[in-house]
Amino acid sequence: MKKIFQGDWFSQLIDGLLPVFATLLALLVGAVFLLMLRVNPLEAYAALWDGAFGSTNALAETLVKATPLLLVSLGICISFRGDMINIGGEGQMIVGALLATWLGLTFTNLPGWLVIVMAMVAGFIGGAIWGGIPGLLKAYFRVNEILSTVMMNAIAVQLMNFLLRDLLIDPSQAKLASKIPQTARLAEIFRLPRLAPTRLHLGALIAVLLAILVYILLWRTTLGYRIRSVGQNVYAALYAGIKVKRYMVLSLLLSGAFAGLAGAVQVYGVNYRMITDGSASGFTGSAGFNGIVVALFGQLHPLWSIPASILFGALLVGANTMQRAVQVPSALVTAINGLVVVFVVSSEIWRRRRQRHRLAHAKQDETSSPVDTKKVDPIESDS
Amino acid sequence: MSDLLSVTTLIGILASGIRLATPYLYAALGETFSQRSGVLNLGVEGQMLLGAFVAFYVALTTGNLWLGVFAAIFVGALMGLAMAYVTVNLHAQQGISGIGFYLFGLGMSDLLFQKLLGTVETVKGFPKIYIPGLSDLPILGEIFFSQNIMVYLAYLLVPIVWFVLNKTTLGLKIHAVGENPDAADSLGVNVGRIRYFTVILGGCFSGIAGASMSIALLNVFQQNMTSGQGFIAVALVYFGAWRPIGVLGGALLFSLVNALQLWIQVLNIPIPSEIAIMMPYVLTILVLAASVSRVKGPSALTKPFEREA
Repeated sequence: MKKIFQGDWFSQLIDGLLPVFATLLALLVGAVFLLMLRVNPLEAYAALWDGAFGSTNALAETLVKATPLLLVSLGICISFRGDMINIGGEGQMIVGALLATWLGLTFTNLPGWLVIVMAMVAGFIGGAIWGGIPGLLKAYFRVNEILSTVMMNAIAVQLMNFLLRDLLIDPSQAKLASKIPQTARLAEIFRLPRLAPTRLHLGALIAVLLAILVYILLWRTTLGYRIRSVGQNVYAALYAGIKVKRYMVLSLLLSGAFAGLAGAVQVYGVNYRMITDGSASGFTGSAGFNGIVVALFGQLHPLWSIPASILFGALLVGANTMQRAVQVPSALVTAINGLVVVFVVSSEIWRRRRQRHRLAHAKQDETSSPVDTKKVDPIESDS
Repeated sequence: MSDLLSVTTLIGILASGIRLATPYLYAALGETFSQRSGVLNLGVEGQMLLGAFVAFYVALTTGNLWLGVFAAIFVGALMGLAMAYVTVNLHAQQGISGIGFYLFGLGMSDLLFQKLLGTVETVKGFPKIYIPGLSDLPILGEIFFSQNIMVYLAYLLVPIVWFVLNKTTLGLKIHAVGENPDAADSLGVNVGRIRYFTVILGGCFSGIAGASMSIALLNVFQQNMTSGQGFIAVALVYFGAWRPIGVLGGALLFSLVNALQLWIQVLNIPIPSEIAIMMPYVLTILVLAASVSRVKGPSALTKPFEREA
């Protein structure tokens, strides 16, 4: 591929800043809602900022919230690059966490570091299974992955509710009459190390390292190249001899794996146990959904996901402070996140226009004969 | 198990199955319109939530249920308008912008609920309407003819939507726009306008779907009360192969399994409730896997239309 972006630094800067404009716009709309609710937006947003960055502890909490967002968004980067839309982060987190928790409660005699490593792998595998099933269904049965991942979320929630009330229930709860659906606490040696006195844990570092790894995977390996090829033009990928179906499954599977890891990290780094209020967000804090927002904000680039996750972690942590300070329900931040998503995908059109403009310039002296792509069905003809 | 098979239980299951299908029907029929024209609106859940809240709030404060329904339609239409603008004019990726609108509806309905009501209250929902003569029929009367107005309207919409989609010029245009927008455009059909129409109409239907939950079925508003039903409704459109009658079949199957699941819990049958709740979802995936591979949807679904220069 020719480097068509070179030299056009201003355009690139504008492209890079699009998500920032989108966020500012969303905050502006949020301010209008606040005014309508007779709340001073400046006061509200100041409280939000203070709650997110106002002290060392606030900053640590922001990073704690950012960690699962970053991990989920890494998976989203992979699947969206492969043109597979993964809405199943919530379910994948839950299944990854269930497997990891079971492991930590079962192999209590093993050394701490070994169990932690095994648990992270278990989380990865659990999420991979939960993401891989919709991948298989898409590749071989043409089931829309958006729908199947949503269904898999609902199934995972019930699986969690069932296991936490039954097989995995805290034995001390089982003895009581009022059975709170939760697991026992993990042994102390199994917990991810913390940066005392804050709750910031090793998971944050793991997530950042993995962001670099995913960057390498996507742009420096054949596997990543093929996933992106399938995502960019399925017909061209087919023409190039890529086994499209396999990479469809693989991109969703990997995507789920990172969400599953996020679930495991959440248990081993923050909660030390699983507990359910009957809904998905009770455990995930909606990180499975918000990870999509983060990935989009970072323009599906794993390294940009790092600052993006910190921003959204900050919004989530700050929302609680805002709720206390000016009595604005933290749900406002959910609504603003939704607007950010809408604005970011809407602003894509400007980027594409400029890109086409540049392409037109670059291609003027180039005679190209693209493959006739309209007639082949990628799923049918790939065997 | 014998309890489950008694006549009263079966009538109960069927009657509540018929009733529980209501929000799915409204939302999925609306979604059928937009998908037929090529727009996948994943924001249905958000539209339902906001519709449910607005309907409830208006009904509670004015004491007029119909005002609540109209308010829900209005809010659904507004969200549909926004979705249409974003997908038609800005060519935003449909699946993802839908998720954005979902989060927006989820957050806004929760925010407004906490700010304006704060506590869970109830309204006196639509009363049951006993259809003269028919409601006296043994068994059938109780199952089919002793429901509230929102339930009847939902079923009435099935043939209406079928008629509009299959027997009118408008339906033909919607079909053309969803299958081949370029061809439709060259024949003088305004692709953008048709998509605006279907997405806004879909929004109105989603709004009613939400209203049917908060002021006709449950008569309360709770945070995130739709709990994924909007997403199921989208799935039902695939399930029903983009045909109103198929959507009806899917909605009934899903809600009957759901009703069965509720009764299993009521009757203390030793199946864990979680497994029972899982059943409809597993079933949907299985049926999708079995059917979707054979049925092809609108060719232009999820593809933005751009006029060639």
